[in-house]
Amino acid sequence: MTTTRTPAAEARAGDPARRRPRRRIDWGRLFTWAVLAWLFTPVAGMIVFSFNDIAGRQNVTWQGFTLKWYGQAFAYPDLNAALLTTVAVGVLTMLIAGVTGSLLGLALGRHRFHGRGATNLVMFAAICAPEVVLGAALLSLFLTTDVTTGFVTIVIAHVMFTISFVAITVRARVMTLDPRLEEAARDLGAGPWTTFRLVTLPMLFPAVMAGGLLALALSVDDFIITSFVGGETTTFPLWIWGSTRVGIPPQVNVMGTLIFAVGVLLAIVNIVLARRRS
Amino acid sequence: MKAKTTPYLLVLPAWIWLAIFFVVPICGMLSVSLMTGNVLDGFTQTFHVANYAEAIDRYWRQILRSLAYGACATALCVAIGYPVAAWIAFRGGRHKTTYLLLLLLPFFVSQVLRTISWRFLLADDGVLLGPLKSIGLLPEDAHVLSTPLAVVTGLAYSHLPFMVLPIYAVLERVDHRVVEAARDLYATRAQAFLRVVLPMSLPGVFAGVLMVFVPTSADYVNASLLGGTGTTMIGNVIQSQYLVNNDYPMAAAITFVLMALLLAGIFGYARALGTERVMEVRA
Amino acid sequence: MPLPHRMDPAAIRGLTRARPGRRAALKLSALAAAGAALAGCSIRGQRLTEQSPERYWAGKESNGHLRFANWPLYMDPERPQLDQFTQHTGITVDYRESIQDNPSWFGRIQPVLASGGDIGADLMVMTNGLEFTRLRELGYLAPLDHALLPTYADHGGSSYKNTSYDPGNRFSVPYTSGITGIAYNPDRVDREITSLADLWDPAFRGRVGMMRDPQEIANFALLLDGVAPADSTPADWDAAAARLAEQRDNGIVRAYYEQDYIQPLTNGDVWLTMAWSGDVFQQNAAEGTRLEFVVPEEGGTIWTDNMMIPITARNPVDAIMLMDFLYDPAIAADLTEYINYVTPVPEAQDVIRDRAARASGEERQALADLAESPLVFPTDEEYARLHSYVTPDAGDAEAFTSRFLAITQA
Repeated sequence: MTTTRTPAAEARAGDPARRRPRRRIDWGRLFTWAVLAWLFTPVAGMIVFSFNDIAGRQNVTWQGFTLKWYGQAFAYPDLNAALLTTVAVGVLTMLIAGVTGSLLGLALGRHRFHGRGATNLVMFAAICAPEVVLGAALLSLFLTTDVTTGFVTIVIAHVMFTISFVAITVRARVMTLDPRLEEAARDLGAGPWTTFRLVTLPMLFPAVMAGGLLALALSVDDFIITSFVGGETTTFPLWIWGSTRVGIPPQVNVMGTLIFAVGVLLAIVNIVLARRRS
Repeated sequence: MKAKTTPYLLVLPAWIWLAIFFVVPICGMLSVSLMTGNVLDGFTQTFHVANYAEAIDRYWRQILRSLAYGACATALCVAIGYPVAAWIAFRGGRHKTTYLLLLLLPFFVSQVLRTISWRFLLADDGVLLGPLKSIGLLPEDAHVLSTPLAVVTGLAYSHLPFMVLPIYAVLERVDHRVVEAARDLYATRAQAFLRVVLPMSLPGVFAGVLMVFVPTSADYVNASLLGGTGTTMIGNVIQSQYLVNNDYPMAAAITFVLMALLLAGIFGYARALGTERVMEVRA
Repeated sequence: MPLPHRMDPAAIRGLTRARPGRRAALKLSALAAAGAALAGCSIRGQRLTEQSPERYWAGKESNGHLRFANWPLYMDPERPQLDQFTQHTGITVDYRESIQDNPSWFGRIQPVLASGGDIGADLMVMTNGLEFTRLRELGYLAPLDHALLPTYADHGGSSYKNTSYDPGNRFSVPYTSGITGIAYNPDRVDREITSLADLWDPAFRGRVGMMRDPQEIANFALLLDGVAPADSTPADWDAAAARLAEQRDNGIVRAYYEQDYIQPLTNGDVWLTMAWSGDVFQQNAAEGTRLEFVVPEEGGTIWTDNMMIPITARNPVDAIMLMDFLYDPAIAADLTEYINYVTPVPEAQDVIRDRAARASGEERQALADLAESPLVFPTDEEYARLHSYVTPDAGDAEAFTSRFLAITQA
């Protein structure tokens, strides 16, 4: 298993005294890139079709190259509004679910308390409840309590079904942490808050980030729950779904491509920052 | 954080959120699952347990199929996701976050668009299958779309990050010196992995399996977009019982059958894994 | 083996001891009981008593504003028709593309209407399907006052004026229509497709696309048996379901499609499929493909997306004024040029012909194609072969859909 080779082992292998006759192929890297290629394949297709020179709305076969859809990227005001809503809901969900879910995961992984079993049960139930049932159940709750459905209820619903994903991710990480590190910090005179801020949080951070990103990914693609609790608010997936009746316009591909480009940009910034830091 | 109240303070926000927006509505649904009636005259609570019997009797095929598809997709995700997570955690170096970002990036693009794209790429005579057919590697009538294979790979595709991220989050913690120590004690690379790294990463695998198996078994999107005849999953049935047939009690009853099966599976799995693990630790 | 020192044994136990104790289960069931109590013991009878138009419209006045819920891409994004309406009447329109499909829209508004609440729309567009029938039977739609619809009376197509789903347009007037027929790819199919029986032909094993909608597939199987869908009985439904099961079990059907059959048809994954006229017109116009669309000789179906006013609308007078306005032939022509489905205003064809005559170049050609396309303006002979959907009584609806869901969801 090449994947388990550590930098230390690598360094050893690189030691002139123990140098191997030839460089080993890094199968792990190859495999990871192959998987990334698989994940990116449909995105590549989407990007290609954002340049497709079609005359109407159906965007199915290749007709030739054009940039015109980028010029008219924002031709559908409702689509723009839907996209903005989706981004706003996604970010809010990521933040709220990220924080509450992480706290829950921390408690579940570290502490024993009454209701722990029930919490696990509810958490798992929340991820296995089919969306249509969750959506319908939530809608009737909002109706009986006279809450007007809209942006806020979408966020509430998204946080509800993503909390568990964050909590499970964070809990897994907490279990591998050594509680003695925190004890040591306290022994050295740090208060609970300082310990949390300087010791626990940095150690949890990769999991918190992972959980938050999962929440974001779940939120931006949700269709069914949103369609129940969205009221008059339309999100990006909802709009696309509805537009299939008359053909998805190429602008949708353009927006997908732009979202993707922003992501790639972030990745590049990340790489540059990482270079600077080291 | 020794104070007794700490854990309660930590879980309180999530508890409140889940209690109000999940437990209460889902209990309402539990009540609906025992009702009889129709959408025009309303539904009345008759504690009609037979709804459950009917749900199982009518849809056991789709339920079993969903669990099977979910299990296959989960296995696929472990097989693909573990090496990737491990490589990023151990060898990603300063670009770890970049890799994670890349891994998630495709999922910010709408699923409908991704599926349309897959359909173009995987068309029977499309860019991927066409060449294989013309050089005779595949028979003329071979197809991927509208088959169980398409549904299962679609499920694995759309849930891969749910496997990679928790495993990564755990492996990232593994201290390289432990592996080194094992190697110094003449453990082979395989032994070092099996005896040191794998046990330490199990919480992550456990979390990943939960987060893939459970939602994939209840999924409806992939089956409806990539499947053909005879690939309907129970999520699709629930969807149409609710939305098309407006048979709310039936939809709710199937839901609870599915949830009960999944929860039983989760806890059984936790126990099985647990006993095995404890024995291994003692040995 | 030695336990890695960082792995807390308690952690492993914690990981695997996720099962709830008895006490937790008890607590949970108490919570569940509370929840059930909260949810009430029944979902109340939701049917509202029907009102006469006179009573409904008495005392209602224009408020200078209305909210219109429609499907995405059912009007030019600049909304020129609404601007004209505002210029004409001074009434402003808040137009939202909030309807994605009939079942989920129904699922969203039904509980709101049952509780007498405002659904956030004064005018909405739904297909003449089961959901429409349910809304009508539940009394959730405002009865229309035809005294307020003079333009509709003058210009609305006669075939839309006495439909089986809403006789006499008591609750709805059409927004746009479409034909469900057979589309095929002549590159793959080497003969002319003319009949429904072709969809059952073993020669096309694994190459036939069918629709997933229970009503759509039921219609085709009924027509294959020579039964007019609107007059069908439960015995006919059984026979139709058996036909469809046979077609599926013989491996003829590749997949049941929602609204997404154009791509597989163009790619060659399916060779012939049930299809909507507008999709095929759009695809041919957009990409220059030569897909064929036929109304089968046994008959095809016509569906209509209808405008209607929910009973709880806040601005019903403004809504009915807009309904009427959209029947102006010039306005209807504008809409048709954008939507490319069948317009309920036959005179729009002449308007588009006129415009084509005055336009030049590519636009002229596009307009002429549109005006002469039988997919957009069916001939009388074609209209004669078009049937309306099955409209089972709400009581029979579940029995009806169950039969056909069992086909597509095996």
